Amino acid sequence: MVESLDQIFVTLNHLLTGFAPEALRPAVSAIISIAGIIGVFASLFAVTTVFERKGLGRIQNRYGPNRVGPFGFFQPAADGIKALIKEDLVPRAADKVVHFLAPLMVVIPAFLVYTVLPIGRNMVLADYDAGVLFFFAIGAATELSVFMAGWSSHNKYSLLGAMRAIAQMISYEIPLILSSVTVIMIVGSLSTSKIVEAQAGYHSFGLPNWFVFTPWGLVGFLLFMIAATAETNRSPFDLPEGESEIIAGYYIEYSGFKFALFFLGEYMGMFAISGLGITLFLGGWHAPLALLEFVPSYMWFFAKLLVIVFIFIWIRGTLPRLRMDQLMNFAWKFMLPMALINIVSAAVWHFMLPGWQRWVVGAAVAAVSYVLLGLGLMEGKKLEKRRYRFAE
Amino acid sequence: MNIFFAIIAAVTIAAAVAAMSLRNLVHCALALAVAFAGLAAAYLELGAQFVGFTQILVYVGAVAILVVFAILLTRGSETSPHSVLSAGWLSGILVAVAVLAVLVYAIAKSFVLQNAVPAQPTVTVKQIGEALMTKFVLPLEVVGLLLTAALIGAVIIALKEEGKK
Repeated sequence: MVESLDQIFVTLNHLLTGFAPEALRPAVSAIISIAGIIGVFASLFAVTTVFERKGLGRIQNRYGPNRVGPFGFFQPAADGIKALIKEDLVPRAADKVVHFLAPLMVVIPAFLVYTVLPIGRNMVLADYDAGVLFFFAIGAATELSVFMAGWSSHNKYSLLGAMRAIAQMISYEIPLILSSVTVIMIVGSLSTSKIVEAQAGYHSFGLPNWFVFTPWGLVGFLLFMIAATAETNRSPFDLPEGESEIIAGYYIEYSGFKFALFFLGEYMGMFAISGLGITLFLGGWHAPLALLEFVPSYMWFFAKLLVIVFIFIWIRGTLPRLRMDQLMNFAWKFMLPMALINIVSAAVWHFMLPGWQRWVVGAAVAAVSYVLLGLGLMEGKKLEKRRYRFAE
Repeated sequence: MNIFFAIIAAVTIAAAVAAMSLRNLVHCALALAVAFAGLAAAYLELGAQFVGFTQILVYVGAVAILVVFAILLTRGSETSPHSVLSAGWLSGILVAVAVLAVLVYAIAKSFVLQNAVPAQPTVTVKQIGEALMTKFVLPLEVVGLLLTAALIGAVIIALKEEGKK
């Protein structure tokens, strides 16, 4: 019973594929899986927009959407209809073809990366030998579409936003990839399903065998999630949008459904990169405790995903936006050296014998490098309580 | 030649032609990115996953962005009023055809074609990594040193000169 519930979607796919003629079966199976992925993650997007607006409302001591349907949960439907019936404005000076293509080029890579995410036991669309590399390669293509959007609008604010976005994405891509290199080194494979397999099982004292519960894994996970926040342009790294300074950045000249596509692409990117973080560090679809194994594997994946999305929303409601120089200093003077030291720490962990010694060494390396790099980042800065002149 | 390869080749060649013949430089750069992606697709079609994904990561993700930035920061993205064809286009075509003829002749006469085509090996990323870390470790180190030197050089060029304010 437990087994069949865990594999229900795989069985369903097999069953539906069985109706197709022999030659078409691989294609039909792939199409069913793709339809499932698009359907599930697009609905997750709709649900997340409501949760985000309600969560931010709660943090800012207001209600958030509460008019459409029970507790405002049908808000995404209203938003979608609004986006569809809005006039599609294209500036006269805009480069028509590139302006039209840019939102599509944002959404396509955002969906493509889901092919390598294992969202459950036996539930990965394409188990590439170089799965993690595929993810980063496709993710890098997003930068070009952001540039297309910013440049084709022929608006100085959108071009500024695109430049900021690209500078930020390139800078944070390096710590993002370097922090995941540790996992690839330990597992010895770039395949996402092999990485999840390597995190099966439990320690003797009940903790799962996830990489986040090792000194290098914890550092790697934190670096990965910070870089992921910057990579998806979410607050506090939302300078490319920066409503109060450059209005909305690279999608200032987009209206109606094209704007909705940008919004969709941004959230899809956030889910995908959180999914990769779960795959690399949080044990993929594995249950956190041995006695919870009866819950289907995909439930665990989505539970972890929702927790990370909640933390993203929480951070957005809490932290102020960084300044451009702070953003760059943080990437190059803190994240990059920390990720490099972490790689060495993971190698030491791999070659030391299992035992408490390697925990001490790993924790010491992480703590010392954190303190030293943090001091380096603060060098020459005088931190004191901010004084507001208008309040005196 | 199968149909996938035909589609990929057609797209790649069309994009490469567009990259040479379009008037707007940014359009050219974007067309070049499409050609890069087409090449990556050709590698994937041949079963070379690692090379294909690296091609996308390096060329579409980094080189295309670099080209676009260089265009924006130097000469602006305005369409040039001049024709894309230079005055000596006829002689250019003649030279190109001559070079192509020589290359085709050389390849057709080459002894490589006489050998039987070996079976396509299936190379995993792990094998590539092991080869890089054992057999080809020296070239890898040299390339790493070269790139580090280039990086330091770029930083030194970008540094503010002391005393000159």
